[in-house]
Amino acid sequence: MKPFAYVRAAGLDEAVAAHARHPGARYLGGGTNLVDLMKLGVESPTALVDISRLPLDGVEELPSGGLRIGAMTRNSDVAAHPAVRARHPVLSQALLAGASGQLRNMATTGGNLLQRTRCSYFQDVSKPCNKREPGTGCGARDGLHRDHAVLGQSERCIATHPSDMAVALAALDADIELYGGDGARTVPAAEFHRLPGDRPEQDTVLRAGEIVTAIVLPAPGRGAVSLYRKARDRASYAFALASVAAVLELDAGRVRRVTLAFGGLAHRPWRATAAETLLVGAEPTPDALRRAVEAELAPARPLRDNGYKVALAANLAVDVLGALAARADGRPRIP
Amino acid sequence: MRHVVLGTAVGRAEGPEKVTGAARYAGDHAPAGCAHAWPVAATVPRGRVTAVDAAAALALPGVLAVLTPHNAPRLGPSDDPTLQVLQDAGVPHRGWYVALAVAETPEAARAAASAVVVTYEAAGHDVGFRADHPGAYTPEEANGGHPAHREHGDPDAALAAAAVRVDCSYAVAPLHNHPMEPHAATALWDEAGGHLTVYDSSQGSGPVRAALASLFGLPEDRVTVVSEHVGGGFGCKGTPRPHVVLAVMAARHTGRPVTLALPRRHLPAVVGHRAPTLHRVRLGARSDGTLTALTHEVTTHTSRVREFVEQAAVPGRVMYAVPDSRTTHRVVALDVPTPSWMRAPGEAPGMYALESAMDELADALGIDPVELRVRNEPATEPDSGRPFSSRHLVECLREGADRFGWASLRTPRREGTVLCGTGVAAATYPVLISPSTARAHALADGRFHVEVNATDIGTGARTVLAQVAADALGVPLDAVTVAVGHTGLPSASLAGGSSGTGSWGWAVHDACAALTARMAGRHGPLPGGGLSASADTAGSAGQKSPYSRHAFGAHFADVRVDTVTGEVRVARLLGVFAAGRILNPVTARSQFVGAMVMGVGMALTEHSSVDPVHGDFAESDLASYHVPVHADVPDIEAHWIDEHDKHLNPMGSKGIGEIGIVGTAAAIGNAFRHATGRRLRSLPLTPDRVLDVLA
Repeated sequence: MKPFAYVRAAGLDEAVAAHARHPGARYLGGGTNLVDLMKLGVESPTALVDISRLPLDGVEELPSGGLRIGAMTRNSDVAAHPAVRARHPVLSQALLAGASGQLRNMATTGGNLLQRTRCSYFQDVSKPCNKREPGTGCGARDGLHRDHAVLGQSERCIATHPSDMAVALAALDADIELYGGDGARTVPAAEFHRLPGDRPEQDTVLRAGEIVTAIVLPAPGRGAVSLYRKARDRASYAFALASVAAVLELDAGRVRRVTLAFGGLAHRPWRATAAETLLVGAEPTPDALRRAVEAELAPARPLRDNGYKVALAANLAVDVLGALAARADGRPRIP
Repeated sequence: MRHVVLGTAVGRAEGPEKVTGAARYAGDHAPAGCAHAWPVAATVPRGRVTAVDAAAALALPGVLAVLTPHNAPRLGPSDDPTLQVLQDAGVPHRGWYVALAVAETPEAARAAASAVVVTYEAAGHDVGFRADHPGAYTPEEANGGHPAHREHGDPDAALAAAAVRVDCSYAVAPLHNHPMEPHAATALWDEAGGHLTVYDSSQGSGPVRAALASLFGLPEDRVTVVSEHVGGGFGCKGTPRPHVVLAVMAARHTGRPVTLALPRRHLPAVVGHRAPTLHRVRLGARSDGTLTALTHEVTTHTSRVREFVEQAAVPGRVMYAVPDSRTTHRVVALDVPTPSWMRAPGEAPGMYALESAMDELADALGIDPVELRVRNEPATEPDSGRPFSSRHLVECLREGADRFGWASLRTPRREGTVLCGTGVAAATYPVLISPSTARAHALADGRFHVEVNATDIGTGARTVLAQVAADALGVPLDAVTVAVGHTGLPSASLAGGSSGTGSWGWAVHDACAALTARMAGRHGPLPGGGLSASADTAGSAGQKSPYSRHAFGAHFADVRVDTVTGEVRVARLLGVFAAGRILNPVTARSQFVGAMVMGVGMALTEHSSVDPVHGDFAESDLASYHVPVHADVPDIEAHWIDEHDKHLNPMGSKGIGEIGIVGTAAAIGNAFRHATGRRLRSLPLTPDRVLDVLA
């Protein structure tokens, strides 16, 4: 077998130092994705720096009304947390739509953000993949790409980001707190993941050796309602063909504030700013919702076998925003 | 006092062993000094190996050997060319094994396998399956020994003259069996190298022994194969597979016992799949629904290694009274992995097409689909003219309709953005039977022990055979123990074609009846060694029956179609089966329900995609090959009717392992049509296809 060092870090600085000492090291959280990738030969770390026991666990209520979620908090614990469920149901729903109960019990918040694409070419070391091995080409483009990106993809890579949670975080205007050799910094969740461009090997803006330490959720807006909806090939334990996270606030029947993010369409959670801009100040009628969503999806460039995603994403977004509008209005929600 | 044990609900005999982990599966056996092997799969879609550089692999710690086409032991003949591994440089498809690493641990073997450098000369490949492929031909036979082509009367003229016609094409995607336990084998030669013992995850240790004896040039009595516990098979363990040949090769080459447990990711290429099928079904009928013409034309693929033709047009020879018919198969050999048996081969895809077409005909006629089937009930088997030993399809349809509430559910409904509908389909599966032998012992302590080389692949066979024995002996169930899964036991047929219980049970019954007769003629205590009796059913089970023997069933589905997402989910599934005498309601129900779950997968979630560029199946783990999970499995009911059939076997049973899958996909597809008003003729009904057809 391929030998690697194992370091259990007692503190953040120790973890960062251990990572720096071992070029080619990887941080280990719940291991639900990294260990799989090691078995597949996609990842061959020289060292695993285990940060799962760092005191980065738990959900903290902030004076602002926000929440800070430690990066080592398990997905199942975040989903079940009463404050998360009450203030940001979209996040709880997104987490529960992902993986399986067993995986959610192991997977950490930080690890969920940093999971890699499930593109079958990325996972098969005998096939070309620019993300896994830059310069080898993209096997999916001419191969099988029913599950792949329709927005923001590049010639080099058409992979999608698999996380459900990250889609909700993008819609919640969350911040990601990072810590590394240069100290601490904060990045907006919607800007944490990258588009592939000509560097598809780089999933995020994370710098070498940096650790995700926490996610900070702002206080919910006045009267805000939120919802996550995911379409998939089977009822559980399947990645999104497309998904939508949305947060809506109405004022006298008009949109005061809306945030909308798509999953399953792009290399990162796709924050629908064009649609949001069109909707602010508008009455959320079915026609207005569809026009806004279609404007957002107009730049989509599907390939041979994934054109259905555009219609699917539009349907999902119109449905979710319509349901939220009915609820925000105080009218009974259409089931 | 007569003990009633046959037909009663009894839990699995080996349940406690399995729950506590005491049950030993093939890969669990760890003889002293056992090494581990890991195969190397070809990474070109077609071509030949020009060089294998094992130096880096052999330099790794703990690596014992790397077998290649150059140094692997030469094999004797085999009926199945997929077993001729490492014999030449050819690569007939991606995933074909080109080397084997052997090491002290599974981890070291895996690392060594990935360090083997194989150089190929790639050749052009063709994996593009289509009905008009120029290479398609009509084979002599389809799987199961069925003639590829059958024709009665003049179906084209009858179609042209029919008052009402349907002409529809259907497609079923490639499917994989994916049992919970991947294939594994542990092989050891005795010290002198004269006797080979193999623990194999197989549906039949007898055929494995026969294959290994031929491949390694041994008489069968110097080969022992043990398949005591098997974690599912669904057909892909029905014949010997390359892993067991490789394990034996590695053990011979290294002089060590060797375990080879296939990684899940290798399964799609080396242990078979249900080949994709394209169907054209034409039905002609009078306006009262009486069928006048039927054609079912199937095109499927096979590999260039071996011809395997999914017998999907065969159900049309059994189901309905039609004077003019044509049922025919064509196959095209491509550079794909070799297809093989998967639960209800032929019937599952074939009945999806035929029963969908019957639904389309019912729509065209404006006749209730249950009624349409009842009106076309044949008096004798349409193809052969033989009388049915028993046929209660109409009773299944009627009772199913009654239990399901069919009449009250015939108006499609809308619940918000969700469309709801119901569908029905019929099912059939042949009664297959093979000669077997068994031995029964009366022990001095008053207990009984029965030996038969049956295989319990998780079905409960061991349990049911004990019931058969206790019934024939007239003793309580707990007085009987049963030994199965070992070639040292009296030889018996493999667990396949839903034939196990009937075949093995017949021999067990006869052995126990003979023992009872011997004991009846005795007075006083048994001798110290007890008494024994044997049976061989070659003369009885081996005879061709003058009857057409089939199980029948009816499936009813209640389906929800989400018009926003295109997701299709089953709310309720009900099956009623006429399958002779049900010998154990507990294990029978799990067979029916389990097969219906597999049918849900075939209808909605499961498919394997051939990568057009790389030539392999892309779905290679259980995250991407979507077998139904609990959330996909609705309220499933399985019922059966009391069927008494004297023309089967002493128990009066028909096979029940496969019929549960047969009508499920068509019932779901027909319910989709009822809910949406649209017909989707390709499986599975995934959101991409559904949104397209709803648009």
